[in-house]
Amino acid sequence: MREHFTQLSYVVAAVLFILGLRSLTRPDKARHGMQLAAWGMLLAVCGTLVNHEIVDYRWIIGGLVLGTLIGYPLGMWVPTTALPQRIAMSLSFGALAAVLVGVSEYHNAFHGGLVAIDSAHMAALGFEVLLGSLTVTGSMIAFGKLQEVLPSRPLTFPGQNVFNGLLFLAAFVLLVLVIIDPSRTAAFYTMIGIATVLGVLMVIPIGGADMPVVVALLNSYCGLAAAATGFALGNSILIICGALDGASGFLLSMLMSKAMNRSFSNVLFGAFGGETTTAAVAGGSALPVRSISAEDAAIQLAYAQRVIIVPGYGMAVAQAQHQVRELAELIEKRGGEVKYAIHPVAGRMPGHMNVLLAEANVPYDRLYDMDEINGEFPQTDVALVIGANDVVNPAAREDKSSPIYGMPILDVDRAKTVIVLKRGMAAGFAGIENMLFHAPATSMLFGDAKTSLSKLVTEVKSA
Amino acid sequence: MLILELYIFVLAGFVGFMVITRVPPLLHTPLMSATNAISGISLVGSLVAAGSHRSNVATILGFIAVVCATTNIVGGFLITDRMLKMFKRDEPKAKSPSETK
Repeated sequence: MREHFTQLSYVVAAVLFILGLRSLTRPDKARHGMQLAAWGMLLAVCGTLVNHEIVDYRWIIGGLVLGTLIGYPLGMWVPTTALPQRIAMSLSFGALAAVLVGVSEYHNAFHGGLVAIDSAHMAALGFEVLLGSLTVTGSMIAFGKLQEVLPSRPLTFPGQNVFNGLLFLAAFVLLVLVIIDPSRTAAFYTMIGIATVLGVLMVIPIGGADMPVVVALLNSYCGLAAAATGFALGNSILIICGALDGASGFLLSMLMSKAMNRSFSNVLFGAFGGETTTAAVAGGSALPVRSISAEDAAIQLAYAQRVIIVPGYGMAVAQAQHQVRELAELIEKRGGEVKYAIHPVAGRMPGHMNVLLAEANVPYDRLYDMDEINGEFPQTDVALVIGANDVVNPAAREDKSSPIYGMPILDVDRAKTVIVLKRGMAAGFAGIENMLFHAPATSMLFGDAKTSLSKLVTEVKSA
Repeated sequence: MLILELYIFVLAGFVGFMVITRVPPLLHTPLMSATNAISGISLVGSLVAAGSHRSNVATILGFIAVVCATTNIVGGFLITDRMLKMFKRDEPKAKSPSETK
């Protein structure tokens, strides 16, 4: 009877999770759908608590309470600008949970003597802890880079790829050994150790701008580790959720690397923006740049009929999304039309810009994807670029020798005039000179994005 | 049993793929936090590990796993809801000044 209740709660939960994810295809339905999914989660947890294997509830209650106490601030108080590192951190937690369950299962088999482990079971456990431990440390490094505790530039050393390859091979050999004979405990724990190191080494050489791909990929690993847990425990809801999570992460990382015109292997092993490109930057800085004052920029904006705002990571760093919306409202009040162009890899994680602008009360039907809006730039009076660089670099379209050639970009350079808000003339994360900044139609408004935008707001008001 | 589990995995993966390809880039961040919250379902495994009292090691590891998974579930669903609440359509009254002009 109890067993049936548990299984039934899992079936209902699985349906609610899938419906919740499906609701994310519609922004107006999404909130309700995800609330249903949360109820599904509660149901699944209740269904598990009646499990006859559970004899002692003290640790469970303690864990649930402590987890809620940590989870609440992570859900309610983390600012939207810190979302990428917040997600990276929770990937690390999720993977850690999978690893610990795997280790405790393995430990029980050899110390409690209650469960015998066959090879299939061991294969699932092995994959679970291997992928899990790799994700734990990999996500922690990603978190460190996004939080800028660690340098966000790629950290490389000679022979890195060969070294990582050997480590991976070693972990794989140990996995095979453990599957053949599950009683090789030393091999099991060494494998965990190697995977932990591998997680660090895999993410350390990846630069800040490539983080969207990495975070999505870690998301996928985390899902696969959860699915492997399901195989190891013979628990179908875990398999289903792991598969959903894995598919989502994999799909997102595919989309992201496509939006950067790079292959997976290139992101993971390429260490973009090394020494070769710094020379190009040094050579290019002699090109002319037209700087503009906030007053002049405000006049252009005040009399523009069609304006497209292109936000980038710089807007997130300066937390300028509220000023952006204020400026857009002023332009609209004066009769202009304002749209937002969002590049798929703008920011540090997929869709980050959309959340920031939504937070600042920008209606989501003004936010346009790259493909939807690229045709409109030629009819645009002013394109306002806020802290974006590589995603608007025309070299991606024109210069075959450029490292970013072929990457889909926003065609900002086709607008009648372009105003770029930027701190200084530093190159983007790819370290590549941007000819857009030297184009005759472009004026540069230097300074912190938030300060510049506040000035623009004041000036447009009085214009 | 293993074959049955493989069926479940493959089919669920397909469903996930089909559903998630249709999620617009607009909601990719909530999607990530949502899948993150949902994968906190590993809590059900952790609960059994923490409560079945098979060994002290298993109980303690299970306890930490329960904390991690609960953190992800609570934090994940809350932050997803917080984000989705922010996405609003253009209200008619906000549009009217530009239309009258």
